[in-house]
Amino acid sequence: MTTLLPPRPPAASDHPAKGHPVRPGRARLNRPGVAWTLPATVFFLLFAVIPLIAVVVLSFMTWTGLGDPKFVGMENWQELAGDPVMLKSLWLSLLFIVLGVATQTPVSILLGVWAAGPQRNRAVLSAIFFLPLLLSSAAISVLWRALLDPNFGVPAQFRWLFGDGNLFGHQPTAIGVIIFVGMWQFTPFHTLIYQGAAKSVPPVLYQAAEVDGAGRARQFFSITLPQLRNSIITSVILMVVGGLTTFETVLILTNGGPGTDTTITAFYMFEEAFRRYNFGMGSAIAVVLVVVATAISLVMVKLSGYDKMRSTMEGV
Amino acid sequence: MRTRPNYIAGAAVTLWLLIVALPLYVMVAASVQSRTEFSANGPVALPTGFTLDNFLEVFRSGFGKYFLNTFVVTAGVVGIVLLVVPPLAYAIVRSQSRSTTLIFRFFLLGLAIPVQAVIVPMFYLINSVGLYDTLLGIILPTAAFALPICTLILSGTMRDITPDLYEAMSVDGASTARTFLRLVLPLSKGGLSTIAVFAALQGWNGFLLPLILTQSDSTKVVTLGLFNFQTQYGINVPGILAAVMLSMIPVLLVYLFARRALVQGLMGVGGK
Repeated sequence: MTTLLPPRPPAASDHPAKGHPVRPGRARLNRPGVAWTLPATVFFLLFAVIPLIAVVVLSFMTWTGLGDPKFVGMENWQELAGDPVMLKSLWLSLLFIVLGVATQTPVSILLGVWAAGPQRNRAVLSAIFFLPLLLSSAAISVLWRALLDPNFGVPAQFRWLFGDGNLFGHQPTAIGVIIFVGMWQFTPFHTLIYQGAAKSVPPVLYQAAEVDGAGRARQFFSITLPQLRNSIITSVILMVVGGLTTFETVLILTNGGPGTDTTITAFYMFEEAFRRYNFGMGSAIAVVLVVVATAISLVMVKLSGYDKMRSTMEGV
Repeated sequence: MRTRPNYIAGAAVTLWLLIVALPLYVMVAASVQSRTEFSANGPVALPTGFTLDNFLEVFRSGFGKYFLNTFVVTAGVVGIVLLVVPPLAYAIVRSQSRSTTLIFRFFLLGLAIPVQAVIVPMFYLINSVGLYDTLLGIILPTAAFALPICTLILSGTMRDITPDLYEAMSVDGASTARTFLRLVLPLSKGGLSTIAVFAALQGWNGFLLPLILTQSDSTKVVTLGLFNFQTQYGINVPGILAAVMLSMIPVLLVYLFARRALVQGLMGVGGK
């Protein structure tokens, strides 16, 4: 839950003024200084934060990978603004996000709530359900690409169901496959989020509902779902950012095709930068990705009142 | 409560079990069949023969070397994470200064930075420091991107150490460093193994960074090997599935021994 939140500030009594401990008994406690954070912070600055700043700078430059980048002002941005593929990629990304959230959320809530309960065989089944999460996106994509191969895979065996069997050759089925593979891969992760949250729902709420004669469905909708609210937001934000940056799945399953029909923004960035050696343009697309991801997360946090979560947690 | 059997949940869970398990079954079944048997039987059938030729072919195409490379990358990533995250988490949990709080926020924001966003400057950076096409060039950025989640998990576990213990240490006159080595590290063993497993998964499963930052066969990692194998031997479905299966085995072994650490770490991400 802490994911997108600032850490809870230390309790007021611990340091009321500028880090001077009040209670005399604690004054002599050795506390680690900022120096302890330096190795990690410097390392992270160097390999994650400085590149993030650099990508903005590079978006105003042109670079082919050879020689030094040259400053070109708004050129990449103007070209990007009039680029139909860029616009299409943004729409596709949005579609991927919506379909991803719509397919993964219900399944992972149901599985998570189920796994939090006392059912038999739960441990064994949970262990099996967890498997896809361990595998790399590359392995999963290669696996499904092979399973769904038009000539040697499952569609070839069940022609009555799959028609010509070329799921990767038509836009709707290609998108469907990518969404399905994403669901296969990431549902376990979100299930775990919901499982953890469902476990921490106070049992007294269910007991009270039982006394009031509420059925299982009623309990689910009136107690479980509202109690999962914050987890739903965390999970959906992670899905949105994850969906926006889907890459291996698209590269391996469809290579962005047919045509540009599954070229989502993250994949377009890769194509521009590393296949057409347009590193400036690739950087501009990367900046769009970061801005869109941050904007969606912030809007969702605001709309949901998630930033005020501390007060809702105190109520429980 | 919850005494009557929940048929809807039961049905949904069974359906999901099929969706998860069937592809894995097809993979295992196909990888032990010859290509002719596989195309004769079709993918969804009981295997009629048994052969290990597919695995041999995978190794002949260079996977041994790829496994070794991936192992080096994984060990490097785990090493870096275990070196820099514990002091950071210790400071976040125990220091009461404003700056460590800010640094924690900074790492939390880091959770939202996708690798794709920085891949172009990373390419530039790794190139200009002469690490292009080296394993170290993959290890450093992979470890950097594993830091936020590992910091979050480890500081979560370190918070469980009670203040009394710190007080006892300081009454005994222990320094900050001594407290860290003698109290914090031994009591955070669970968290340490969780972040080690996480870092290992990132190292083992990484794809984009190796794809962009290496090119020669001598630095190829398993995930790239799979991708290449698929583009080169696209029609050899049993061979490809054997390769996918091989790539999973080390992770499955880790899962067998570290399931609890992994699952609880993930639950902590969103479950509190």
